[in-house]
Amino acid sequence: MVTLTINGLPVTVEEGTTLLEAARFLGFPIPTLCHLDGLTPYGACRLCVVEIGEDSKARLVTSCTFPAQNGLKVRTASSRVVRARKMILELLLASCPQSKIIQDLASAYEVHQQRFRQEYEDCILCGLCVRMCEEQMMAKAIGFRGRGEKRSIGTPFDVHSEVCRLCGGCMYVCPACQLRCTYNQPEKAICGSCANLSPPCLEKKPFDDMMCYMDPCVACEIQERPRRIKE
Amino acid sequence: MERLKTIEDFGALQNRIVSDRDPSIPVIVISAGTCGQASGANDLIRVTKREILAKGLAEKIHLRITGCHGFCQAEPSVLIEPRGTFYPRLGIKEMTRIVEAAARGDVLQELLWRDPKTRKRVEKQSDIPFFQSQTRTILSRNEKVDPIRICNYIENRGYSSLVRVLEKGDPRRVVEEVKASGLRGRGGAGFPTGRKWELLAKQPNGRGKFLVCNADEGDPGAYMDRSVLEGNPHSIIEGMLIGAYGTGATAGIVYVRTEYPLAIKHLVIALRQARELGLLGENILETGFSFDIEMVKGAGAFVCGEETALMRSVEGRIGEPRQRPPYPVEKGIDGKPTAINNVETWANIPIIITSGAGEFAKIGTPQNTGTKIFSLVGKVKNTGLVEVPMGITVGEIVHDIGGGPSGRAEIKAVQTGGPSGGCIPTSMFDLPIDYESLTKAGSIMGSGGMIVMDENTCMVDIAKYFMQFLKDESCGKCFTCRKGTQRMWEILDDISKGRGTPEMLDLLEELALVVRDTSMCGLGQTASNPVLSTLRYFRDEYLTHVERKFCPAMVCRDLFTYRVIAEKCTGCALCVKVCPTGAITGPRKEPHNLDLSKCIKCRACYDVCKFEAIAGDAIIIVPAK
Repeated sequence: MVTLTINGLPVTVEEGTTLLEAARFLGFPIPTLCHLDGLTPYGACRLCVVEIGEDSKARLVTSCTFPAQNGLKVRTASSRVVRARKMILELLLASCPQSKIIQDLASAYEVHQQRFRQEYEDCILCGLCVRMCEEQMMAKAIGFRGRGEKRSIGTPFDVHSEVCRLCGGCMYVCPACQLRCTYNQPEKAICGSCANLSPPCLEKKPFDDMMCYMDPCVACEIQERPRRIKE
Repeated sequence: MERLKTIEDFGALQNRIVSDRDPSIPVIVISAGTCGQASGANDLIRVTKREILAKGLAEKIHLRITGCHGFCQAEPSVLIEPRGTFYPRLGIKEMTRIVEAAARGDVLQELLWRDPKTRKRVEKQSDIPFFQSQTRTILSRNEKVDPIRICNYIENRGYSSLVRVLEKGDPRRVVEEVKASGLRGRGGAGFPTGRKWELLAKQPNGRGKFLVCNADEGDPGAYMDRSVLEGNPHSIIEGMLIGAYGTGATAGIVYVRTEYPLAIKHLVIALRQARELGLLGENILETGFSFDIEMVKGAGAFVCGEETALMRSVEGRIGEPRQRPPYPVEKGIDGKPTAINNVETWANIPIIITSGAGEFAKIGTPQNTGTKIFSLVGKVKNTGLVEVPMGITVGEIVHDIGGGPSGRAEIKAVQTGGPSGGCIPTSMFDLPIDYESLTKAGSIMGSGGMIVMDENTCMVDIAKYFMQFLKDESCGKCFTCRKGTQRMWEILDDISKGRGTPEMLDLLEELALVVRDTSMCGLGQTASNPVLSTLRYFRDEYLTHVERKFCPAMVCRDLFTYRVIAEKCTGCALCVKVCPTGAITGPRKEPHNLDLSKCIKCRACYDVCKFEAIAGDAIIIVPAK
């Protein structure tokens, strides 16, 4: 067992617990974007940073990856942390303003505007889809390619994947845009499956109460035949 | 060569090599590192060999081909031993004459180096100011050693340190000695090497331990490690052998960047020769100590110089850094304890063992012992590699060794530490060079790059240049590093193109501080240094860019234009002669015309009017709007 102090409160946790888990156990709110219970923590979005150490040795680390250590002093909302969070949210808004998750986070931390050139990207490279595909679905169909500005997510060499089972898990966890399925723009697809044009809903007769797990994918919307859309 | 079986065999071999050589026979030493070869050293070698054979001088004069000596400005250069005569910038014809003269023991005065200040010729290398102020512990060995001849290395007491360590038979003494020397990692962070080795030695044996030589050297403008690898690869091998004996390491890896083909070639040859001789491999010199080194080539990523990304790269994965703890000494390559050290750190190890920790610690300052090699480049007269004791001031390096500004403009700043470093203005040139002072001034030691800048360098442009490099090389995992470097570059680009506002400067500073705070690895954590240090010391230049939309150094092309003042123009037509595009026209004795649509802003007309024409100020540079 390991004992550490978070915002002045002592807490004892099992060895291997991350600072994020320990802080949440005590009820302290820490925002996250690339973290999901059940997937290994990655530390890409940097939103969950907390301050550890003291005086000149104090530094910010991502709480989702940092293991609890005996005697560690953690501060989850120091001025340095809050400043960092606000700037990260500004950067997120500047890249991906259409994401509801990012909008909600920005609003919760009182970031109402961003001062950079506005971009509209559909991926913030958080890696949730990659980890979902590898760890939960055991498919490993997609991964990171490239470095820096050219970093992207997709199948190896952009070849249509043979291991993708169209489970939709990648789209389910994506925070940047829930419209990952690019049926009408197959060249933008990350798994290449939509080029196959066989999502399940196309093969079945329209059902009123059909629960399409790919909701909202555009496949249904661009159907030629009239279809009663679930309200 | 026959494999050495015992320590006595080694001693016998060394004695035989030393006694075989006649120290009275002069030696022509040609420095043929990458810089030498690029300037024409290969021609000099060819000519020398031809002359020696043709004139039958083989008994009278010897030839030694070495790596880089450091005075790259003067390459291709030649040194004549044992006199110490230095001949700079030679051509083929001159080399022919030198071969004959050197065999006779004569010196050709008219080919010697001339001091630009005194205008006098200087014969000996040790009297040339560039060399005088240096403490050339490592670089001097580059002069003595032919990198692809192990016997040459052994002749110069090479591998004697290893043998001494093996004879003593006390691994703990090795670590104690390195600790006592105070050697700090020369890769940039300056972590005490002895402490790192102590931590590695403490790790349990049995599973395997790695030693890594980090020869990735990604900083643009830094090539110190290249010169050590090309010129003296055996020093690295010996250093790693000593380190392995002291820490219990079982395997060594040299991670060298692919962009260093000569270093790779020399290293491969050196490894093979060391193995053949039995100094590397199983049961070295019958002591039961086994250690071998393999070479792994990089693939063009600056981020792979970071130790955790380097380990990933060695394992065959994408070069992406990971969080520490756990540190590499606990969990490194393949999960095994690993110690990673820079090339220069390894090169210092045999020296520490030979001269002793006490002697080593006498050089430099108490917390920063030993020497450091810097690559002195930029707007300075003498460019090249300089080896200086820690604690020397910036001004001494720039003026005493560097010889002052290379052009007419005054020196403005020195950038240290490569793209992760910062700029130090002239007003702080009495700053001593050590890890702490540089960090406090807003820069870092880094791997030792030192770029000298003058009044014609725009500090905004410099920050933009380094930010471009960093945003291309960021691995992209951390959102703040990837997006932060991109956005900082965007803002700097806007400022340099006249779209800047004072609010952007505040935003730039805020963003820079957050990128520094929240990035996981050293690349992101130091990415803000060029921006923050230039904002700190040269804020007025930034303000001129955003308020007056003018670039005072006249570098940002969108922010200035040229104009001819007709009343002052005497019509001497000097500018018309130098203009490369014919933008300035006009008959003699009449005020000239400037066609801005043809102007490429090369400054030729401005310079010639200012420095050579009668008018002096008939051409002016003004803000573009």
